[in-house]
Amino acid sequence: MADLHTPDALLVKNYVEGNEAALATLIRRHESKIYGFIYSKIADRDISNDIFQDTFIKVIKTLKGNSYNEEGKFLPWVMRISHNLIVDHFRKTKKMPMYRETEEFSIFSIMSDDSLTIEGKMIVDQVELDLKKLVEELPEDQKEVLVMRMYQDMSFKEISEITGVSINTALGRMRYALMNLRKIIDKHQIILTN
Amino acid sequence: MAKIYSKKALASKDLKPNKEVVSFILNYSQALTVVKVQEKSFEIIAN
Repeated sequence: MADLHTPDALLVKNYVEGNEAALATLIRRHESKIYGFIYSKIADRDISNDIFQDTFIKVIKTLKGNSYNEEGKFLPWVMRISHNLIVDHFRKTKKMPMYRETEEFSIFSIMSDDSLTIEGKMIVDQVELDLKKLVEELPEDQKEVLVMRMYQDMSFKEISEITGVSINTALGRMRYALMNLRKIIDKHQIILTN
Repeated sequence: MAKIYSKKALASKDLKPNKEVVSFILNYSQALTVVKVQEKSFEIIAN
């Protein structure tokens, strides 16, 4: 399909000029990354769907109002919108992102592969779980950068674009996140090894 | 060598929004017209 090779910037231009199919292509191309990003923070399918929908309503209004001027950076721009909506969501509900054990969602479903039961694997899983708990102790701004960098494999450039801070600030937050993690580990004399 | 314990599992590639959500967005896009008059912009939703 020709759609696969059309750059985002051209699809955005086509959409602004009235080609509705271009939006469908953009959504199809990026839905996993955007929805996955939202879900990684929210951990609730329904709320993630709501935020995904609100994100694209903003995108549509901006594009149709001819207020978009970031050609070639469509995905970081959309991710930034969804990031802001996620922040709004937590501000509204006044709670920090947290992974809770529920009937539909088990923390182990994202931490381990159930088919592997060897001892070494169990230890690695335990270390990962402990590390996650430690990461939860970090200040929000540092945790955000660390999770995006280490768990979502984003570059510092992408992180800075999504969070709206400079690359140096993002690097600084990563550095402090690691220093604080070491401090917590030392303080509680936790052994992370296998 | 430092061990890497972080799995890239938080943002799974398989996660996708509901079809209804995508369909709503596309219908909303078709129905919406934004008209700019001087400094103000008006949103018109066609039924």
